[in-house]
Amino acid sequence: MYNKPVPVPDADTEPFWSACREGRLSVQCCRGCGAKRLPPERYCPKCHGAESEWQDVSGKGKVYSWIVVRHPVPGDVYGADVPYVVALIDLEEGVRMASNIIDCDPDSVSADMAVEVVFEVVTEEITLPKFRPL
Amino acid sequence: MRALRDKYAIVGTGYTDYSKNSGTTVLNLATEACLNAVGDAGLTPDDIDGLVSFQFNDSVPAMSVAGAMGIEAAGYAVDIAGGGNAANLVVLNAIAAIEAGLAKNVLCFRAMNGRSGFRLGGGRDMQAHGITQFTAPFGWITYPQAMAMWCRRHMVKYGTTSEQLGTLAVTFRDNAALNPRAMQRQPISMDDYLSARPIVDPFRMLDICLESDGACAVLVTSADRAKDMRHAPVYVMSGANGGGANQGDDLFDCLRWEDHSENYSAYIADDLWRGAGVGPEDIDVAEIYDCFTYSVVAQLEGLGFCQPGEGPDFVQGGRIARDGALPLNTHGGLLSEAYIHGLNHVVEAVDQLRGDAGPRQIPGAEIALTTAGAMTVGSALVLRN
Repeated sequence: MYNKPVPVPDADTEPFWSACREGRLSVQCCRGCGAKRLPPERYCPKCHGAESEWQDVSGKGKVYSWIVVRHPVPGDVYGADVPYVVALIDLEEGVRMASNIIDCDPDSVSADMAVEVVFEVVTEEITLPKFRPL
Repeated sequence: MRALRDKYAIVGTGYTDYSKNSGTTVLNLATEACLNAVGDAGLTPDDIDGLVSFQFNDSVPAMSVAGAMGIEAAGYAVDIAGGGNAANLVVLNAIAAIEAGLAKNVLCFRAMNGRSGFRLGGGRDMQAHGITQFTAPFGWITYPQAMAMWCRRHMVKYGTTSEQLGTLAVTFRDNAALNPRAMQRQPISMDDYLSARPIVDPFRMLDICLESDGACAVLVTSADRAKDMRHAPVYVMSGANGGGANQGDDLFDCLRWEDHSENYSAYIADDLWRGAGVGPEDIDVAEIYDCFTYSVVAQLEGLGFCQPGEGPDFVQGGRIARDGALPLNTHGGLLSEAYIHGLNHVVEAVDQLRGDAGPRQIPGAEIALTTAGAMTVGSALVLRN
């Protein structure tokens, strides 16, 4: 039984999680001004337009900043996972997102490290986009 | 708020014991701190007609404290949904209420059983709603984990080191040793800091503030009324609140913030100093919001004490010690006095400006800075005696 925080999709975020379930990383794009954005929201913060569409992205990016979690909180949920890496990743398409860097030594992560998305199925409904070194 | 310079004052402070387990309710803590602040001003609860607090659903409403104090009709009782960012905003809110004629004497308080009750550093709901959908599922959950991300970016951009941050932890603990209110008074060395348990890189245990049960309060009134009270008034020269664009959906959220090597402080500095008519060079003592060692660095840079990237060097060489050019967190800060969410910094600034800080008193302190907040939003005050 998966016991970590699970996203609860809502009206704005459902397309993002649906795409992940299908193995696609997708970002919201304003139909008015073309600005790409994540996390999703109804109104474009740049032009205030309410019309948007979803565009698949390459899934490639670079590490902007990162942390290595060594003390698990809650302990019973993350105790077996530490140390693990959480990073802010700048995607090639100019959008930033948080995720984990996996499949590498936590101490080997560095600024501007090139990474690519991999998908991890956690529940029937939710697949999480994670990243590994390119 | 240049038009209001020196027109309002803090005339009373109050606090409870700060501990890991108060053994009482948050309402009792809040009431005790507020009654102490009223008594400190030489007033009675009948003189109070406004209360302002801030909380994370971990405290009691201002109106309930009014009731517990026997105040029949508080004309102004407001609860700000906020964390440390609001610890100076409550004072500005009190001034706004008095200026608008909604109240005359306003208590600002923060009360929490932050260790024995609801722990802010703990985990979150396992159902990730709203913006949390894009953070918590990756095990990015606690405030130390949030702030570590900002600190790392500063390290990447400017080469900031752990040893440089350690100076802040060691200095504040040295101050706390002289503060009877402080929860942690045992001096620490740089070796202690560096060998402390890693929590979330780049933070060790001693980069992270305490968790505390307790309450404190300050009483705000007009300069005219302040003249007749028990202590010499501590005047509010200026205050500012806010941050840059893309402040996020909650205090944790920094996903849309552009440059994590700077924080809210860079965006309120102009308002703060212009309002006060003084600058960083005029500050005699500063109580800077230190939920983490690193947050102090970002605020010193943002408020113009030094250039971006120079903060880690700026705090070395004794400059921030009690006998240095810019004594910081003379009570020990959130790192060593207690985590009363930053309102305890205002209490300490008042102590310093009254000359009541005992062995940790900064001689001749006339102008003090307090700040509140560490990430996308925050507030600050310039106070004088």
